Amino acid sequence: MNLTEEQIERYSRHIILKDVGGAGQEKILQAKVLIIGTGGLGAPAALYLAAAGVGTIGLVDGDTVDLSNLQRQVIHFTADVKRLKVDSAREKIEALNPDVKVVTYPERVHAENIAAIIKDYDFIIDGTDNFPAKFLINDACVLHSKPFSHGGILRFDGQTMTYLPGSACYRCVFNSPPPKGAVPTCSEAGILGAVAGMLGTIQAAEALRYILGKGKLLTNRLLIFNALDMEYRQVNIRQNPECPICGERPIITKLVDYEQPVCDLRSRYHA
Amino acid sequence: MGQEIKKSLDLHGVVCPLNFVKTKLALETLNSGEWLEVILDEGDAMLNVPRSLKEEGHRIVKVTPLGQTYSVIVEKGA
Repeated sequence: MNLTEEQIERYSRHIILKDVGGAGQEKILQAKVLIIGTGGLGAPAALYLAAAGVGTIGLVDGDTVDLSNLQRQVIHFTADVKRLKVDSAREKIEALNPDVKVVTYPERVHAENIAAIIKDYDFIIDGTDNFPAKFLINDACVLHSKPFSHGGILRFDGQTMTYLPGSACYRCVFNSPPPKGAVPTCSEAGILGAVAGMLGTIQAAEALRYILGKGKLLTNRLLIFNALDMEYRQVNIRQNPECPICGERPIITKLVDYEQPVCDLRSRYHA
Repeated sequence: MGQEIKKSLDLHGVVCPLNFVKTKLALETLNSGEWLEVILDEGDAMLNVPRSLKEEGHRIVKVTPLGQTYSVIVEKGA
């Protein structure tokens, strides 16, 4: 593969980097990244990965754009309200960078469809907003040996970690979803829009550094920040031998869906 | 100094940082220790490109003035 004159100019600020160069940019152009959730986290992640020239970007989201999304989901514009999020996001990505092939999945991930969706991708970004989906993505990625970036945000807080086969997984740290109602959703608790941008952008950087094979990924550590006081900290984590999915005696050997109260989901687009 | 020039690149009229980007891409096609010749404009290009190349671990072997441009021979680093 040879970079065209236009690509050399478009990606010049990447190519200049010692850790990227032409060879690294070509890796990016050949990479396939799946973004599950085209909302607060997925929107910035998708824009940065598209700008970077990630060859194939998959977008999974069954929702339509709501006016209340626009405060943070920067890939969607006012005129996109009521459109499918994946269609709105695809249009922006294609306008930003014609080098990117966009594949859309206008659906929610569940135990039956997730394996087929993640199969063709090199790296997966969890940009979902609910625990059942987060545990499902973790389980599917562990069972199918797929690297992924976990991300979660609420109010002014964000947390993220990266899983590579063999490193600590989400369940090593968080054994199972919290009881229903124990953790409020973004629609109940609120979220500073810029916090979504901060975390989604970290996730995009993880994907790019994984593709490049450079630097130290957020594996075996959980990055936590609070944007109200702008404090960052890291918690070292390690693979848990008692982990129900990647431990020594795994009890989860196939995918299951946790129940998500319907009212939670409904309230977000009918509120 | 008996080494041959593997590749030559005329970057006269190519502005910063694209001249460095193109030099870098040309060096990626060489093996370490091989030589690349680039023609650079005097001024910004000559101030910036050789310095950036050195920062990336390449060696400037020889600089020859050619009127308003320079021929710069670079040895690819490890």
